[in-house]
Amino acid sequence: MSDTILNIENITKSFPRVIANKKVTFDIKKNAVHAILGENGAGKSTLVKILYGLLEPDEGNIKLNNKDFKVNSPAEARKQGIGMVFQHFSLFDSLSVKENLILGIDEKMSYSDLENKLENISSRYNLPLDLDAPITALSAGEKQRVEIVRILLQDPQILIMDEPTSVLTPQEVESLFVTLNALVKEGRTILYITHKLEEVISICDTVTIMRSGEIIDTSSTANQTAKTLATKMLGQKLDDLKTNYEHIKDEVNFEVKNISCDFNDPFLTDLKNISFQVRVGEIYGIAGVAGNGQSELMDILTGENINIKSGSITFDNKKIEKYGPQKRRDLSISFVPENRLGHSAVPELSLSENILLSQFPKNNFIKNGIILKNNVNDFANNVINEFKVITPGNDAKASSLSGGNLQKYVIGREISSKPKILIISHPTWGIDAGAEHSIRESLIELSQNGTSIIVISQDLDELIEITHKISVIYDGNLSKPFKTSEIEIEKLGLLMGGKNE
Amino acid sequence: MNSLFPSIVSRSQSSGLMNFFVPIISIVLTLITGSIIFVLLGFDPVYALYTFFISPISSTYGISELFVKATPLALIAIGLSYCFKNNIYNIGAEGQLTMGAIFGGGIGILFHDTNAFWLLPLMIFAGAIGGALWGLIPAILKTKFNTNEILTSLMLVYVALFILDYLVVGPWKDPFGYSFPKSRPFSESGRMPLLFDGLRVHFGLIITLFLIFVSWFIFSKTIFGFQLKVSGYSPKAARYAGFNQTTLVFFAFAICGAFAGIAGLAEVSGPIGLLYRDISPNYGFTAIIVAFLGRLHPIGIIFASLVIALTYLGAEDAQLFLQIPSAVGFIFQGLVLFYLLGAELLINYKLTYKKLL
Repeated sequence: MSDTILNIENITKSFPRVIANKKVTFDIKKNAVHAILGENGAGKSTLVKILYGLLEPDEGNIKLNNKDFKVNSPAEARKQGIGMVFQHFSLFDSLSVKENLILGIDEKMSYSDLENKLENISSRYNLPLDLDAPITALSAGEKQRVEIVRILLQDPQILIMDEPTSVLTPQEVESLFVTLNALVKEGRTILYITHKLEEVISICDTVTIMRSGEIIDTSSTANQTAKTLATKMLGQKLDDLKTNYEHIKDEVNFEVKNISCDFNDPFLTDLKNISFQVRVGEIYGIAGVAGNGQSELMDILTGENINIKSGSITFDNKKIEKYGPQKRRDLSISFVPENRLGHSAVPELSLSENILLSQFPKNNFIKNGIILKNNVNDFANNVINEFKVITPGNDAKASSLSGGNLQKYVIGREISSKPKILIISHPTWGIDAGAEHSIRESLIELSQNGTSIIVISQDLDELIEITHKISVIYDGNLSKPFKTSEIEIEKLGLLMGGKNE
Repeated sequence: MNSLFPSIVSRSQSSGLMNFFVPIISIVLTLITGSIIFVLLGFDPVYALYTFFISPISSTYGISELFVKATPLALIAIGLSYCFKNNIYNIGAEGQLTMGAIFGGGIGILFHDTNAFWLLPLMIFAGAIGGALWGLIPAILKTKFNTNEILTSLMLVYVALFILDYLVVGPWKDPFGYSFPKSRPFSESGRMPLLFDGLRVHFGLIITLFLIFVSWFIFSKTIFGFQLKVSGYSPKAARYAGFNQTTLVFFAFAICGAFAGIAGLAEVSGPIGLLYRDISPNYGFTAIIVAFLGRLHPIGIIFASLVIALTYLGAEDAQLFLQIPSAVGFIFQGLVLFYLLGAELLINYKLTYKKLL
């Protein structure tokens, strides 16, 4: 019962500029559900991709049943008994369930053999399937069933499930858990990748917590609560608050009222009746685990998506929910989306050219359609100097800067336009501690000069450090705001895990 | 010991040097493959390559012919770069060229007995309009109905060719043409002036160089060029900036269509002098290769157009002196594109030889 099936020893994997896995070491017991818990970017996906033969580790060993395990492709991994169900399904939409299953298996099999095998699997593991239905007609839960059956046809010892519940309804989640339990009872092992605390406690036996590519802890879930897991997953508080509330005025200058938005897409989160108010000079934080509607909300706040179902956004007494990004900027609203490379900046362009991206209609940058390069360069140089961006010059390509420097530059660009409100998503995502500190400092300074700021972030420490109020977004719902100086990190962690005590 | 085969490793930053070398690498590989093909056909590869690439341009007339062929290629390619920079895959330049020839040529036929200074400018203008309108059809379909512009622009090529076919065997057929499928010849003032006596290189070359210069200015100096570039590199960033993507798609197609239309008109009012069925040896398609071989850069496109124009001339000489079908020219063009697409890998990836354990 407690034999180890998989030993992971000192796995290190680095990408250009990022170490995704740092000396990752832990064991997985046979016949159990083992969770890997961590925020996005913690290195969970890299690790499972290594196990499944999609990536090659730089260092380290893996042992399967005490034998060296090294695979170069998913096909080899499957042959050795490891199967994986991805978060995003890889099925042919226009083909039927049966055809997809036949295509997915490595050895040759006739339709009648397949049908026999399937009947067996379906009844044993609570996985009913309509073999002739086209994939397009299936719900997300049914598609996942096809994926699971496809893997089970090859009789794996270890089944890796990557964020399996992210697209499922609560009922589908229940039924998935029944299946997983049946699989474990038979002696299989499940590696369960997630960031959802409740799931870890309800279905997993052991949990390994990852943060910034490192293993924080591996322990039994028996004595854990969502609170203890949340603290470990998010890390400890760093510094004390540096914000104060005195400069905030009573006047509300940005109000979101009952915004709802349906996407009809299993990979997007519908927004449900979101409302909040930001006062002049206030920093308003929106916390939450990725994939709970943050980027969908951000698009609506920036005007990149103006197709909302209902609700309104008011800024300075103007209804702006139908305005596009340029029109909002004209009202002195600035935004910095989460992704630096390819969203708030174009990696292939120079720093100067990247100024134009958000600043071109203003600032004397254009005359008769011709770019006045000197003015743009001056603006770029100012941003570089004022925000201490380390770069050879304004003609350097954005992609040549480190993440932290580019983020300082992008935020500096927006702050330099002297906005009345700055809407920023994940301001210090994936950057070094020094840049992180200086960005948080400039945000606090900006708010003290009377700019309202909305910060969407997964980093609770960050929100606690710089914001005045925090709401939590979970599954497209936004909680009521809490005053940051009075809130406990555990309480937020629970809300982020969907637990509303 | 190193492994036998290199593995492909992603570069942390795309290589500017490789961006420059990729076209050269692909041309060298094309020449090597071409020699192998010639050897397999039983020819001395040195002689064959000489016949193909050197002898066509060893006379003044040959060089003039090179420019005659390079003119439409360069003009269409620079127009295509408006689309390609914006990640719009307009494959229908051949149709836009044909429509330009029909519109501009139509004016020439209408005024076939008029000799006036305004005739040629009017024909050029009509050619640009014809090409632009034909280019706008896929633009409208793309922006309104989200259709794939690759398919629609390609299909419209054949529609345009059939329209031309219909016109030259039907209403626009030369009444004194012995029933040949061709139109009346244009009047003298409806023809592109020749640049040198006795050589076919014509005023279209000047127009092309001018439009290449204008395009260089637009790409590097104007906010419009900037917007094209940004929405090509990263549509998300363009949306963040608030650029109007629909307008950009329309402009890119209209400009590309207009350039192709002018190229078509320059062909019929230049070397040809009337409308008939086969006005273009696939210039509109070959220009796609020119655009990519020239890395969508105005200077690059000039050089690329000369290289590809040479494959047209070389194919003619090969047919004449080696008795090889002139389709060998298309083989060379295909090889260039094939190697170009393959070598592009080197811009973002490098090959490394791993040590075996």
